[in-house]
Amino acid sequence: MTMPLTPTPSRVAGMTGRAALIAAIIVVAAAALPLALSNYQVGLATEVLIFGILAMSIDILAGFAGRTSLGHGAIFGVSTYVVVYATTHGGLPPAVAFAAGVLAATVVAAIFGLLAVRTSGVYFLLLTLALGMIVWGICLRWTQVTGGENGMRGDVRPAVLLTNSAFYWAVLASAAVVAFAMWRFVRSPFGLTLRGIRDSESRMRSLGYNVPLHLFIGFTVSGFFAGVAGALYAMFNNFVSPSTVALAQSVEGVLMMIAGGVGTLFGAFVGAAAIIALENVVSAYTERWQMVLGITFILIMIFAPEGIVGKLRATLTRKVR
Amino acid sequence: MSIFQLLNGLTFAALLFVVASGFTLIFGLLRIVNLAHGALYLFGGYIGFTVAVKTGSFALGGIGAMAAIAAIGFVLDQGLLRFVRGNELRQVLLTLGFAFVLNDLALVIWGGDSFTVPIPQTLRGGLRVLGVFYPTYRLFVLVTGIGVFAALWLLLNHTRLGALIRAGVDDAEMVEASGVNIRRVFLVTFLLGSALAGLGGLMGGAFLSLYPSADAEILVFSLAVVIIGGRGSLVGVGVGSLLVGLLNTLGQVMFPELAYFVIFGPMAVLLAFRPLGLFGRAA
Repeated sequence: MTMPLTPTPSRVAGMTGRAALIAAIIVVAAAALPLALSNYQVGLATEVLIFGILAMSIDILAGFAGRTSLGHGAIFGVSTYVVVYATTHGGLPPAVAFAAGVLAATVVAAIFGLLAVRTSGVYFLLLTLALGMIVWGICLRWTQVTGGENGMRGDVRPAVLLTNSAFYWAVLASAAVVAFAMWRFVRSPFGLTLRGIRDSESRMRSLGYNVPLHLFIGFTVSGFFAGVAGALYAMFNNFVSPSTVALAQSVEGVLMMIAGGVGTLFGAFVGAAAIIALENVVSAYTERWQMVLGITFILIMIFAPEGIVGKLRATLTRKVR
Repeated sequence: MSIFQLLNGLTFAALLFVVASGFTLIFGLLRIVNLAHGALYLFGGYIGFTVAVKTGSFALGGIGAMAAIAAIGFVLDQGLLRFVRGNELRQVLLTLGFAFVLNDLALVIWGGDSFTVPIPQTLRGGLRVLGVFYPTYRLFVLVTGIGVFAALWLLLNHTRLGALIRAGVDDAEMVEASGVNIRRVFLVTFLLGSALAGLGGLMGGAFLSLYPSADAEILVFSLAVVIIGGRGSLVGVGVGSLLVGLLNTLGQVMFPELAYFVIFGPMAVLLAFRPLGLFGRAA
């Protein structure tokens, strides 16, 4: 059985002219944002892009393979930890540290995937949650390496990207590339196989597809993208602590993905923007962000499980008909 | 491993059993993975602590913790989960949101300091067991764990309610079709499971102490117990608790900083061969 991971040249242009135009307009508009926003708001926009990538990586599994992971915050955070550690203690240049972080996240994701692909539904959720918690426990207790509860601080960001705008543009460029790559990935024959597994695992198995292998590769690829987000976050924050790998991080990622709409992929950025905007508005009035996050989660689960983009889409199609 | 450490492992396993049996009861019958279970544990511990300090009675603290957590469980089940019935994923994520709310609420009420539930006079000090001098309270936890196991076993195997619960685990629709109000059985189970989390909170609060991230820690251990033991099996929880309790103690002795890893290895191996756990059956 073949698994074409890299699309053939003729398929790279799989985007229709109109979609490509819309994507280009959005990227150009996003690139112009620093001209209109304050320094602080540019920082927020950067955060939205980084967490959008994380939420998208979760959507690869949740929306296209039917498996919601509660361990992606840990994969993301492993990358952040490795980047900060490699630059401060290892003395590596930022680019090498970045690559090391992404690699570490991919390896962790592969280990998670190896264990998790045998499960589905709630068991998958539980297992990824438990695995993520183990990473959190290690980061918290392994004080000599991780700095324990105090975390690690380091000047990770390369000198050329020191200003908020420069860094924003770098993150935007990465996000555009990564988002395109993920979009290609889910539309590739491999991605279609994942969708087949989501819809009927037994049918795919009887058609001769190696279901665990596909899920394993899907999980690892998704972890790679979460690692990219984590490495960018290390450069954004210049700091890492156990809260970066905590369950709350995974939960926020999942919430952004769901708020944007499961299976919409680009909705992740809408979800990330909504949640981060909410976080900032709420934090101006109260310190109880965790509680608001929890309540938001409950409300979305009850009233809008298809997410903002999903809800909009459903409303629009109803109107068109 | 010395006798002392073995007893440490066993007493921790007894605590885990009390907490995880509530978790697996709810998981097994209602198919709800209650990720707020850790938060219920912590909340129960805090309430038990407050009641025990105010009244000076450990027993009253236990009753207060169980009653209060059962009440919170009632709100969760009847107030929120009823809107997402039948959808496993939405249920799980909703309980996760609820856990965040409870957690933050606990932080508002009790602050970030760590508390230890006062142990009653009769349970202080130590006893000589198997040639070592061991804290009486931890032996009490061990006995309570065994007592809860026996009580649950009797309940499940020798009462009408237990028969309904067991039948519900196997086929809830069939039970309902034979004229039983399965919703009421579900609710009673949910309250019982919650109350067990509350009791665990009080018991654990007296020797592991209560602090803001204690809920996450106990939740991971409970998850490990249920993943190892399998869904909805009382014997499974018992065996899972013993394994996790002993492995965790062994890990803390041998690799203090990586103790988490020691429960993870066996769990991973087990899953590779039995994805539904040692005593789990396919739904």
